[in-house]
Amino acid sequence: MAEAMLKVEGLVKRFGGLVATDNLSLDVRDGEVHALIGPNGAGKTTLIAQLSGFLRPDAGRITFTDRDITALPAAARVRLGLARSFQITSVLRDFTALDNVALAEQARQGHSFRFWQPARSDRSLRGPASAALEAVGLAHRADDPAASLSHGEQRQLEVAMALACDPRLLLLDEPMAGMGPEESARMVDLLRGLRGQRTMLLIEHDMDAVFALADRITVLVYGRAIATGTPAEIRANPEVRTAYLGESEGT
Amino acid sequence: MTELLTPFATWRGRIAALVLVLLGLLPLYAPWLDAAGIISQKFALTLMTRVLILAIAAISLNLILGYGGIVSFGHAVYIGLGGYAVGIMAHHGVTNGFLQFPVAIGLSALFALAIGALSLRTRGVYFIMITLAFAQLVYYVGVGLEPYGGDDGLTINRRSDFAGLLPTRGPDKTTAFYVVSFVVLLLVLGLVHRLVNSRFGMALRGAKSNEQRMQALGMPTFRYRLTAFVIAGAICGLAGALLANHTEFISPAMMHWTRSGDLIVMVVLGGMGSLLGPVYGAVAFLLLEEFLPGLLKVVLTWLHDGVAAVLGPGAGALESWLRLAEYWQIALGAILILVVLYARGGIDSLFGRPRHG
Amino acid sequence: MTLLIEQTLNGIQLGLLMFLLAAGLTLVFGIMDLVNLAHGSLYMFGAYFCASFTAWTDSFVLGALLALPAALLLGVVVEIVVVRKLYRRDHLDHVLATFGLILIANDLVRAVWGPDGRRIPLPAWLNQPIYLTPDLPYPTYRFAVIVVGAAVALFLYWLVTRTRTGMWIRAGASNRTMIGALGINVEALFTLVFGLGAVLAALAGLMAGPIVTVSIGMGDNILILAFVIIVIGGIGSIKGAFIAAMIVGMIDTLGRALLPDLLKSFLSVTAANTAAPALSSMAIYLLMAGVLVWRPTGLFGARG
Repeated sequence: MAEAMLKVEGLVKRFGGLVATDNLSLDVRDGEVHALIGPNGAGKTTLIAQLSGFLRPDAGRITFTDRDITALPAAARVRLGLARSFQITSVLRDFTALDNVALAEQARQGHSFRFWQPARSDRSLRGPASAALEAVGLAHRADDPAASLSHGEQRQLEVAMALACDPRLLLLDEPMAGMGPEESARMVDLLRGLRGQRTMLLIEHDMDAVFALADRITVLVYGRAIATGTPAEIRANPEVRTAYLGESEGT
Repeated sequence: MTELLTPFATWRGRIAALVLVLLGLLPLYAPWLDAAGIISQKFALTLMTRVLILAIAAISLNLILGYGGIVSFGHAVYIGLGGYAVGIMAHHGVTNGFLQFPVAIGLSALFALAIGALSLRTRGVYFIMITLAFAQLVYYVGVGLEPYGGDDGLTINRRSDFAGLLPTRGPDKTTAFYVVSFVVLLLVLGLVHRLVNSRFGMALRGAKSNEQRMQALGMPTFRYRLTAFVIAGAICGLAGALLANHTEFISPAMMHWTRSGDLIVMVVLGGMGSLLGPVYGAVAFLLLEEFLPGLLKVVLTWLHDGVAAVLGPGAGALESWLRLAEYWQIALGAILILVVLYARGGIDSLFGRPRHG
Repeated sequence: MTLLIEQTLNGIQLGLLMFLLAAGLTLVFGIMDLVNLAHGSLYMFGAYFCASFTAWTDSFVLGALLALPAALLLGVVVEIVVVRKLYRRDHLDHVLATFGLILIANDLVRAVWGPDGRRIPLPAWLNQPIYLTPDLPYPTYRFAVIVVGAAVALFLYWLVTRTRTGMWIRAGASNRTMIGALGINVEALFTLVFGLGAVLAALAGLMAGPIVTVSIGMGDNILILAFVIIVIGGIGSIKGAFIAAMIVGMIDTLGRALLPDLLKSFLSVTAANTAAPALSSMAIYLLMAGVLVWRPTGLFGARG
């Protein structure tokens, strides 16, 4: 069995009286695509925010590649190899697509205390950035402002930026949110192409996509993990069927 | 070589070049303006030196405000620090400019480091207010500095001495100081141009656009914002040192909060996040301040003549109409509000849209 | 001892004046998210209105009572003509546009009332000391300011915590979309709140009028102090504004009164007299910086 790359133990996050993450434990193994599913309000986005360092948990421990990162700020986690994409498209709107990815590349290369050479003609930034755009199929939009990209293209750009950080673990927060069927299919292809190269923790509502991509699935309900297993096991789990899948088929 | 010419491919670039050339050549055509009876040479150079110096200060504010999205409402404090460094040293007989200027710049940078380290942790309006508070703090230090004139300020008897390279007295000193200020302006423009297009500049602009995203890319944005804050403070301190030399006088009024407001107005009026914007803003703001009363008198005379043509003597005496021009700040305030409401890009955006990024 | 009691009362009096100014500012800020630099101009207009109405009616009380509706009218007009267009803009736009309003206000006052300051004469019954104890005289007017200020503070507390309007105001401060969902006319509520802020500022200005000279730009520096107060207290919090105003009033008054003697022990007399007010002003800004470093959203603030 492969090693656990990310280990979450006894994580708790409360907002006032509401328990958004309830003593949650979870592990993501090296090389797998691990999907996180659950009904709305199950606390998926809250969990991602804690994993990526944008929210501080009230209790519990997060270990990444055998290092306790519970108290580490977001930027430092990325430098360790834990990058995320955002559910609500979060690209730098006034920059071009290529600039967006080049900034990610710049961050990956280390500190940005270089004050003199123009960054836009820096081949060591533009080269890898172009390649990353190419990889997600956006090469033809490289010089267009991110704000002018279609919703689907912005989601692709979002993934390209996360990829440019060269993460060991990629946290994908609903990469297919708001996409049409055609765009979704393209994204599934894109993520399928990354399987084996990257470890991924995928939050997604699109069940077809989840079952097509995931090695293992964890089901989250009211901030708690009620089941973890292979897609076949999850499909067969009666508790999951009543808590979640039954509901989902109805909608 | 062709790369050097690309700025001239657009109207924006051409106008920028024209403005800089007009500013740079002023000492050459000022005598001609004087002879033609338009404006006295000394007055023109004195006024425009002030414009250049405040343009430098506005450029420094634009680095953090326009490129970094950091709304500092206490930027005039560095003008004061730079000015006081020069003034106090001169007061004690230290007039060596090679000593005065580094001290002025270093002191401003140091204060910017302290102020920035404490205040950049706050957000939004709290940041605006905490920068204002620190500026007021230093302002009241100035007011309390009895040995250096307190509230009344201090006259500087000798300008900074650069090993005799620059005439510090006599009829040439006005022109010489104008030229020096212009060269400093060009250097600062060049520096900021390189800065904002470098990796550092991209990180700073990215943090303005979406700070959370930048952190999610692994960028420690606080460090870049703080560094920009310190650089801006240092450049503004340089402007303060120049201003003290120009007016041969320092007082706490240099760093009153309304002066910080003026700097923000210049940046926004000229165009935030555009290289030349603050220069346009400084030119427009200070020339408006200087010539708006006269301009209003012309307009009021037209209006009076028009009304008199219809009503005859019912229009009243021209004098009473012209008295209204005293209240030119009403017009200035109205212009400011109109710019905010209807012309957010500032003067620079009138010359065509900048390319992206 | 008598000096200390007298200065403490002066501190309370200044604190209450500052609270009136800050309360309007913090309401406007908390509800409309608007940075209004021109709030100090409303304070100035309050004082000038009162000076004119007092001269006209020959009575300070009547003058003050007439100045308040005039300030309300002014506030409503300014809100409708300019301020309303700013709600959807960012803070920088607020700062700039209301900075423009200050320029207009100062020159407008100069055009109407002339460049010289004005004094507001007090009626005889306010212009004599009242004996709090047989050997503790205190100016009746300052005492009246304390009474009025405290009454208005209580009224505001009642208005915000106990009434329907107050409920809307609190709802607006915590969640702007919610009050829209409640079916309340947001536009009218905003105008009302801005008008209320104008009246409070004018009340502070006209009550300060007989103590200081009524002059152009009198609101500019006190405005910054009011901002300091609402930032220390936490934006949108009336309670925070009250506590911070009291602290600031005390520091300023006691600093000015007690520091010179303290400083004279190691400074020259003139140096001490210059340094003392500067030091007490600095103390206020240091306090604010300290509070913000410790709690970035103020003592009672929730939002950034």
